[in-house]
Amino acid sequence: MLDADFGLRNLDLLLGLENRIVFTAQEVLAETCRLEQALVKHKQEPNLALLPAGNPRMLEWLTPKDMKAIVSLLEEQFDYVLIDCPAGIEDGFKNAAAAAREAVVVTTPEVAAVRDADRVIGLLNTQGVTPVQLVLNRVRPKMMSNQEMLTVDDVTDILALPLLGLVFEDEQVIVSTNRGEPLTLGESGSPAARAYNNIARRLQGEDIPLMDPSEARKGFRARVRQLMQTRLF
Amino acid sequence: MTVKDFIDKLLGRQTSSASTAKQRLQLVLAHDRSDLNPELLAQMRREILEVVARYVEIDIEEGDVSLETEDRMTALVANLPIRRSIQQSPNGGTL
Repeated sequence: MLDADFGLRNLDLLLGLENRIVFTAQEVLAETCRLEQALVKHKQEPNLALLPAGNPRMLEWLTPKDMKAIVSLLEEQFDYVLIDCPAGIEDGFKNAAAAAREAVVVTTPEVAAVRDADRVIGLLNTQGVTPVQLVLNRVRPKMMSNQEMLTVDDVTDILALPLLGLVFEDEQVIVSTNRGEPLTLGESGSPAARAYNNIARRLQGEDIPLMDPSEARKGFRARVRQLMQTRLF
Repeated sequence: MTVKDFIDKLLGRQTSSASTAKQRLQLVLAHDRSDLNPELLAQMRREILEVVARYVEIDIEEGDVSLETEDRMTALVANLPIRRSIQQSPNGGTL
């Protein structure tokens, strides 16, 4: 995973690797260290490695050319290179988009987020990034069925993108980020963890049906699961 | 949702906020994608009506020129009810 957001980098914190970063992609490019030294391997999952693009106190900003160079180095060693793109459509976005072949646009069913996603999709299209797929995050099935939130169909109609995944609003996401333990590596089986796993498997070409928001609230098993995750103390 | 909202919705007094959101988004995205602000659109509408009015008699009040989007394609849609056509000679004079 390449954290392209160096000004406000956070992937290290979310993955629980914040104390192990010594070098960044910038040092690799400047040839003050080797790529292997800058890569931070995850303890539980040795196939997962993080490379921060830079540190927040960086003096010189990376260019799209630098990002392409880093990604081509990573490509030689890994099956998948995930570039975490910073928010906004400024330099950070341009850097990340320049180095990307495909894109996954993550948005929520809210008006401001959908409008911004539309802008980003337009820019990705003009840059020739293809395919562009959509992940709808923080879906609240109850609000959707009460027609108080844009539905999945509303958003896919408006943005005209294939849907790669749906992630329901899930408190376990906050719990796992508090600990710095990725949800998908735990045994929680929480709705968001299952959604992330499904997305990963679809990216690998598996045909996995999407979760249905209207079933998510009615299902007995879903209710029991929710009950099991209710905090008692 | 409060009980009041629920009752309002049951009685059909209020459109759901999701459909309002969708309508507002579709409108704002049509403008974003075409890079046309409402003022420019109004000006274009006036000019289109002027041109069309030279050839046919149209109902200006009923006429509508708007932007619609589907599948990331933005279309300028003009709906101009024609009262009757104005027969013109090739040199521009009305017959």
